Parts: sequence; structure tokens; C-alpha cells
Amino acid sequence: MTTAADGGDELRLELHGITKVYPSVIANEDVSLSVKRGEIHAVLGENGAGKSTLMKMIYGVAKPDAGEMKWEGEVVHVENPAHARSLGIGMVFQHFSLFETLTVVENVALALPDNPDLNQLAEQITEVSTRYGLPVDPQRLVHALSVGERQRVEIIRCLLQNPKLLIMDEPTSVLTPQAVRKLFDTLRQLAAEGCSILYISHKLDEIQELCHVATVLRDGKVTGECIPAEETPKSMASLMIGKELPIPEHTAPSEPGEVRLQLNRLCKVSDDPFGTELQDIELEVRSGEILGIAGVSGNGQQELLYALSGEEPINDADAIVICGRASGRDQPDRRRSSGMGFVPEERLGRGAVPRMSLTENALLTAHQAGMLKRGMIQFDKISAFARKCIDDFNVKCGGEEHAANSLSGGNLQKFIMGREILLAPKLLVVAQPTWGVDVGAAAFIRQELIDLRSEGAAILVISEELEELFEISDRIAVIAEGRLSPAKKLSATNIDEIGVWMSGMWDQSAVAETAHD
Amino acid sequence: MIRLERRPEASQVMSYASPLIAIVLMLIGGLLLFAFLGKNPLEGFKVFFINPISDWYGVSELFLKATPLMLIAVGLAVGFRANVWNIGAEGQLIVGGIAASAVALYFHEAEGAHVLILMVIAGGIGGMLWAAIPAFLKIRFNTNEILVSLMLVYVAQLLVSWLVHGPMMDPDGFNFPQSRMFEDSALLPLLSDENRLNLAFVFALGALLAGYIFMFRSFAGFQMQVAGYAKDAARYAGFSAKRMIWIGLLSGGAMAGFAGMSEVAGPMGQLTEHVSSNYGFAAIIVAFVARLNPVGIFFASLLMALLYLGGEQAQQYMNLPSSISNVFQGMLLMFLLGSDVLINYRVCWKEARV
Repeated sequence: MTTAADGGDELRLELHGITKVYPSVIANEDVSLSVKRGEIHAVLGENGAGKSTLMKMIYGVAKPDAGEMKWEGEVVHVENPAHARSLGIGMVFQHFSLFETLTVVENVALALPDNPDLNQLAEQITEVSTRYGLPVDPQRLVHALSVGERQRVEIIRCLLQNPKLLIMDEPTSVLTPQAVRKLFDTLRQLAAEGCSILYISHKLDEIQELCHVATVLRDGKVTGECIPAEETPKSMASLMIGKELPIPEHTAPSEPGEVRLQLNRLCKVSDDPFGTELQDIELEVRSGEILGIAGVSGNGQQELLYALSGEEPINDADAIVICGRASGRDQPDRRRSSGMGFVPEERLGRGAVPRMSLTENALLTAHQAGMLKRGMIQFDKISAFARKCIDDFNVKCGGEEHAANSLSGGNLQKFIMGREILLAPKLLVVAQPTWGVDVGAAAFIRQELIDLRSEGAAILVISEELEELFEISDRIAVIAEGRLSPAKKLSATNIDEIGVWMSGMWDQSAVAETAHD
Repeated sequence: MIRLERRPEASQVMSYASPLIAIVLMLIGGLLLFAFLGKNPLEGFKVFFINPISDWYGVSELFLKATPLMLIAVGLAVGFRANVWNIGAEGQLIVGGIAASAVALYFHEAEGAHVLILMVIAGGIGGMLWAAIPAFLKIRFNTNEILVSLMLVYVAQLLVSWLVHGPMMDPDGFNFPQSRMFEDSALLPLLSDENRLNLAFVFALGALLAGYIFMFRSFAGFQMQVAGYAKDAARYAGFSAKRMIWIGLLSGGAMAGFAGMSEVAGPMGQLTEHVSSNYGFAAIIVAFVARLNPVGIFFASLLMALLYLGGEQAQQYMNLPSSISNVFQGMLLMFLLGSDVLINYRVCWKEARV
């Protein structure tokens, strides 16, 4: 995969000296790149390197302060996304831009220039979705879709407009290995048809497999351009982060200690008509181990997490036992005082309040750690806590007084992780620990989780990234259609087996086998 | 060409400058309005904004008018910060006034401080009871507190009207729809012999201070703010949504009820059909102009009180209808909502691209 598809050297997009300055930070400085017709061009960089800003300027969401953009040889000023779409530029955002109260087909219709017939459009969606292996029901409401499914809608929405340039911002973070392969087939097919693709990612293996050319950004500047097939992941990583990629050290598992989390035939009917019903979930997480739960998104992970966190308590108190206490009916703060920490999938708006400062966001869950005195907030203590969190977990930010929504996704995740870890939980439940986080930060977060478990915490990680689970877990289980498979020791299984289990097929022999472990 | 460009981070400066811009625009709008009505704008400005506070008595009247506004606005702001929208402070004020009047009339001809103390308690509880209805209905049946609290205003107005025409009517009052005048023991003590300003003003300042501490120093206030900014984050942290609805509505109700008490036991000295001069609604504007901040509420209440006094003067000396005050209030809110765009956007003066 080193040569672009037929179409010669015709340049579709050229950027020259693009600079974008925000009041507090230079997002892009003198960035130049060019994309040929039918080329899959990777833009590689850590969080905050300026990838998303650059793409937003191409798509007309932001305007460059300096520099020039040429589209098919002519200088253009993209006024807004509608203008970009009329030029033939489509973009799939990392943070989705869908209306939650509308159906899939209505959301797609909104992005189209004129008023399409919804029934006809629904058929088109079904057609595109089967063709590209992106199954989604056009009549479902978006709020009922999982993250993975929402992304499919975004991709389909772009594909329906037959773009000449497709920008994809971290597209594979929520897809199964099979779906990633299908997506790559789709993208290759599109490129062969002459569509250019700008592929933003930090996953080096994917870029090597898929992309013809890569432009590497660091701190808003281009630090290199390379042909991924001729590089090693190591060499690309060093271009990207300026040093060698840290690899988590997985110390040998200690003897598992006491049971910190026990689920006894946990059942839960979802309030959501499109939700997944949890059926008889049995699980044990012990001190000193990381239990990973794999699964394709939308198979009950959200329901399980809401039940575990206490955001949706259940009637049967004994179904969830946290550090020896029957906690099914407890609210989240009560569970926290039992020793549980929780990192949710959504960082902005759930794990953190977007408009509040990091200090105030620390208070969100740290208030039980001596931050209050007769109901009054001890501001000096809480800001010291926030500062420690920023320092210990390398959170890149303007300071603890800056708002949570001024941080990049990865840095906010580090902050939330840090906040929960600094509270020294006996049990930590983490959803998608490194979703949309760059390699450097992801490796850091994984290392922190491993260290925390080595210090004796029990950790439950629910993730849709299999490689991640295999990197950090001691035992692994799979959730499919609201049922949980038995957990297997990592040494006793492999990615292929777990991949099969992800479709719900763990047979009786597997159960018998684990019983002997 | 003027363009609006989104700011990367919401502007703190603008969130405080926006009310000032709105005030200036309201003044300009007012001058234009005077001109359209065939009055001399400068003369109008003088009558409206200068004359009412040209002497110390005028200033004391300003504080007197501002007292119920401060009380109600700070109570409402507590709830508004958590997105609990109590629009019915007007009704809660009336019911507080009724409850306090009932105590005053029951202890007619009684001496002693207990009368006033009981009136304060009755006023607060009356307002809270009225606000508890939308709170209970919201928690139990998920009704919309905006509609319920607003509709209860009209119920309260009819209730007070019935009472002063019936059970609470002054027996020696020639059938005027009003209660007996209260005894001295049922009136709030005046701060000075020269004017009508009473003890309620001191309470209002205390309420602002207490509100400030609650909002910015207490954990409960923090929880309410989290719920207002991000509901899911409040749920994630385990903050009780029910508790916030109760606190939000009851604080507004209690303060409005006390404001009602301070009116009947203050400048009015009796219960009439017109307990309130729309203070309950004006206080909503005050709370928003003040950015839900008690310091701001102090100044915004004075401004709003000035609009009341100015309206009276304009009626007296310029032959303008009494609704002129409402027009100014309306302009203020409208310009505020308009200028709030500048918090998230900035104006760019750029050449239009060809």
C-alpha cells in the first residue's frame, strides 16, 4: 500500500503556511501539506498537537489567521461547513454532531442541501450501511445509540454526499476489529474510486496498514512527513512525541486478595426502549487484579456501568456487593464512601463539568476526602488537590483555575483518572480508559492502572479496545447482548477466542474449563 | 462588515459587561421612547432617573423599594443556579403577605415582640408552602415547575382578593377591600424618623450576605451549580436532584414570603389586593441582570427600584402612563438577553471576502 490509486499526481488539497492563533495557545504554526487525488493521507500527532484545529479549518468550522488553502488548484476561503460540503469535503468528527432527539434518518437529512424524501433517504442509508458494513437502523433515535453506533451514522452521513475528500477524526476508536477491517476496505474502495482521505489518528499500526502518506504534527508544527510503510511504529512514534514510546510494565500478578466487587445474578431492565437488558450477571473482582470486560458497543456496557456506579440504582441490594456492603440501592456518593471510584465514558458533562474550573471539578468526587468543614468548601485544600493531580498525572493545562472544556480530551481524561486514583479507591471501575486518547497519554493511563492494581486495588475495566484489555488485564470476560461470559485468565485465552465470544458464543465447555482454573 | 466569531472560551469579562451594555442600551431606548412620545428626552431622563434620588428621602425610598427585590432575587438565584425555574415568586409573596397579615390580625391589640417574630415566621412559611406545591408536583409527577409556579400566582391573587373582600376585611372600613391597619406591634421598626425605611432592609442585606456564602462557599451551593451546568455530572457525583429541587424552590418561596411580610408590615401597614407591585416578576429580571450573583443583585435591585420610582414620577410630572416602568423593565431584559451573545461570541470588524 505505498502508491496512491490511479489518478496520477493531481493535487486535490494544498495547504501553505496555515497558522491559527487562539488567545492562549498557537494551535497551528506554518503548516503545509498536500493531498493527492485518491490518496489516504494520515495526520499523526498527540492530543493538543493541532490536528483537529487544522481539520476544522479545512472544513470551514474555524478560519486560519494566516496561510492559504488551495482546492483542486484554486485558492479557496472555506466560509462554513456547508460551503465545504458543496466543494466536496466531508468530515466525521471525533465529537459527534448529531441531534439526540431526532432519528438517524432525520439527522442525515439535516446535513443534505435540499429537502430529501425521508423514506427514500432511509433506503439509501440502509444501502450504504450494508455496503460498507456499518449496520444502523435509520428509524432509531440518536440518543438511544451507543457511541460506536453514533459514529456509524456520522460516517454514513458523509458517504451519502459522495465526497471528494473525506476527513476522519479518530474513526476507529469505537469499532470492533472486524468493523475496523470493514472500514478499511471501505476507505480503500473510496480511495480507489478517486476520493482523497485525510485520516487523523494516533494508532500507528492502523496508519501503517492503511495510509499512503503521513504528515506528523507536534505542538502545532509539522515535524515530519513520511511514507508509513517504510517506517517502523517506533520511528513514527518518536516523530510524534519527540521521544521513544513508553511501553507499560506489567508486573506479574500478585495473589488476588479479598473480593472487592461481587455481582450476584444482576438483572436490570433498561428504561430505554432501545437499551439492552442485563441478564443474570455474575462477576467477582478481587484486590490486586484487573478484570477487563470486552464487547462490541451497545451490548449492555452502558446499563452495567450505570448500575455499578449507582447513577441508576437497582432494587435488589444484594445483587451488587461493594467491599462487603450490599450496595445495589446505594446512590453514587454512598458507594464512593464504601471505597469505590468510577471513571465514566463521557468526560465532558458527566465526569467533569465543562464550564467549571479543574479545582471545582476535583471537588465533584473528592469532597469526601476532607475537603469540607461544616458544609463549607476548603478552597485551599481542594486547589492543592487539583494541583497535585495536574502535576502527578502530567495534565497539560493553563492551571487549575482553567475550565475543564479548555482541555483536550486526553488531558481531561488524565485529570479525571488522576482525581479518582488520588482518592485511593479500594475498587476502581473504569469505562473506556483511553478512548480518543493519544498513544503517549494512553500508555501513561494504562501504566497508572497497572500500578494501582499492584498496590492492591481491585480494578474493573470495560473497554471496546481489545488490544488495551490484553495489555493490562489479569482476567478477561466478554459482555454480549446483556449477558456476561465467564472470566478467563489472560494466559489461558487469546484475541481470537475473545473475538468469537464477543458475538455471544461462549459454550458450555468454556465454562467447564474455567471452573478448573 | 460586522461578523460574530465564536470565542474559544466563554468570556468572563463579557459576562459582567453584558448587563452594563444592556443598561446603556435601555437608557438609549428610553430616550428614544420619550422623543417618540413627544417629550423632551433630556427632560424625561431627568424626571425618570435623577429626580427620584435628588434628596436623601428619595434615596431612602429607593432602598425601601429595593428591599423586596433583593430578598426575592437572592432566593430565586439559589434555585436558578441549579436550573430550578421558580417563576411564581409573585404568588409566594402574596401568600407570605396573607400569612403574616393573619398573624397580625389575630394578635390585634396585643403588645410585644412576639407578634413581629411570628409574622416573619408565618410570612416565610406561607411563601414556602406555596413554592412547595410546584416542588412536590415536579418530584412526584415530573411536572414543569415554570408552569405550575406561574399558574399559582393567579390562584394567590384570587385568594387575597377573596380574603380582603371577605374574612379579612376591615369591619370598620366602609367595605373597602382591605384589612384593618396593623397595630404598631405588628409593624417593622423604622431605621430613622425621617423616612419609611425599615428593618427589612437590614434583613435584605443579611440575606445577600448569606446567599453569597451559600453560593460560593458552601458545598450545597456548589452542588446546585453543578446541577445547573451539567445534570449528568451531578448525577455521576451522587448529588440528589430531589434535594436541589426542594432547596431551589423553597429558598425562593421563603424569601418571597418574607418580602410579602415586609410589605404588609412595612410601607403598607395592612393587607390589600395590591400587596405586590409585581416585585415577584421584577425580581426575576433583577436576578438575571445580576448574573445570579448577590453582589450584582444589590445593584440591580437599586436599578430596578429606580425604574419603579422613575415611572411614578413620569406619571406625575410628564403625563405618561404607569406602564412606562414595565416598558423599561422589558427593554432591560431584552437587551440583556441580546448582549449575552457577546459572552460566547466576539464581534469582528472584517472586510467582507469577495
